[in-house]
Amino acid sequence: MTAVVETAVELRDADAALDRVVQAGDGFAGVIPAGGEFRIVDLCGNQAADTLFYDALDLGNRYSATDTIREQGAVYLTTGSQLLSHRGDLLVTISADTGGRHDTVGGACSQESNVIRYGSHTRHQHACRETFLRYGAPFGIGARELGHNVNFFMNVPLTPAGALTFADGLSGPGKYVQVRAERDVLVLISNCPQLNNPCNGWNPTPIRLLGWWQA
Amino acid sequence: MSTLVAHEVPGGAAWSVLLRSGRELVLTARQNAVNCSVLLFAAGDVDRLNVPDTLKAQMSACVRAPMVLMSDRGAALACVTGSSLDWHDALCGHSLDRHLERFGRSDYAEHRNEWRRSARAGLLSELRKHGRGEADLHACVNFFSKVAVADDDRGSLHFVAGHAAADDWVSLRAEQDLLVVLSTAPHPMDPDCAPGPVSAQIRPADPVAPDDPSMLFRAESARAIEAARAVFA
Ligand SMILES: [Zn+2]
Repeated sequence: MTAVVETAVELRDADAALDRVVQAGDGFAGVIPAGGEFRIVDLCGNQAADTLFYDALDLGNRYSATDTIREQGAVYLTTGSQLLSHRGDLLVTISADTGGRHDTVGGACSQESNVIRYGSHTRHQHACRETFLRYGAPFGIGARELGHNVNFFMNVPLTPAGALTFADGLSGPGKYVQVRAERDVLVLISNCPQLNNPCNGWNPTPIRLLGWWQA
Repeated sequence: MSTLVAHEVPGGAAWSVLLRSGRELVLTARQNAVNCSVLLFAAGDVDRLNVPDTLKAQMSACVRAPMVLMSDRGAALACVTGSSLDWHDALCGHSLDRHLERFGRSDYAEHRNEWRRSARAGLLSELRKHGRGEADLHACVNFFSKVAVADDDRGSLHFVAGHAAADDWVSLRAEQDLLVVLSTAPHPMDPDCAPGPVSAQIRPADPVAPDDPSMLFRAESARAIEAARAVFA
């Protein structure tokens, strides 16, 4: 059994069970035990952390952007947002957020969508979907198992007239977002290597992952 | 143009069809306030509709003509060649069984063929017939439904009742061979449970002309259509 970490308790870096820097353009996959607190720190600001969550005991029960958006009755994610699976199960809750607003409509970049958006010269650039598939493969996550992800630190405003835009991120160096695992959760991250739009300021930078739970 | 297939999908039901490249599927509301949750797949492939890529490449928060419905691999699956409505929801997903609970108990023994079922149940039932399953459930387009996004801090959602009326329609031209799976269960945010029928007609589409509205809509839309032509080389 894993002890529940009380969020009221001060979470100190030195006490973290997980402390990992994910370099620009790289990825991560790992399990957050139920009750664990998991923090993503935007070390340099305006980095896009593309993130997927799965029920670690049943990978078929995966994060669903549409179910999350609909059940919270709102498009943007922030403190208090409950991230749901496509079966309607609660995977994680955003327990702290110094960034302000996070996107889950825009999805991940891929080699193919880069070509659609930016042209054929981007076909062989690095992209998040490929990182998801590479880090997900050891867990049995393939193309069919990839849902639509969260983009932590990304700001993708929608307008009442039905437009979608990419705006400057609200994040900055040292800002972070933290989730509490509501069950054992597999987290799959691509630290976005996108060079073709301003979401990373044309300069992808590292993120730091911190996790608090009893090993 | 001549109709190749015509099928009336009752309210609250599910249906699937293999739609050949170059043919057009026309969905028509047969009464007010219907909803049609649609999934698209490249036939015989894992490639499928990717709503985020579709929306962000065309800078839209909803589906409308002449947008291209794009796949995970950047290829056009279908083009929205026309519609009487300027907004089709693609943010809110299909209904789950739990959404029906507020309308009371329903089962076959009591309600016979009026037994209420969720879009999830119907879509899964059709997917399984094609050797697919739960992993293939993903973001759908809810044709005939509108969920407005408020200009507030949360991006609050508001279901627009009465958006579609009888005879509203939308047409989708297949850009490659497709599996189309759909449910006519109500939108998950609809406070009323009044599923209505949708008619499906399949007919040959006009050849894609250089001035095709989807080709001209955005450079991204044209590139996705070109990518569909390169799926088989
Ligand atoms: Zn990316």
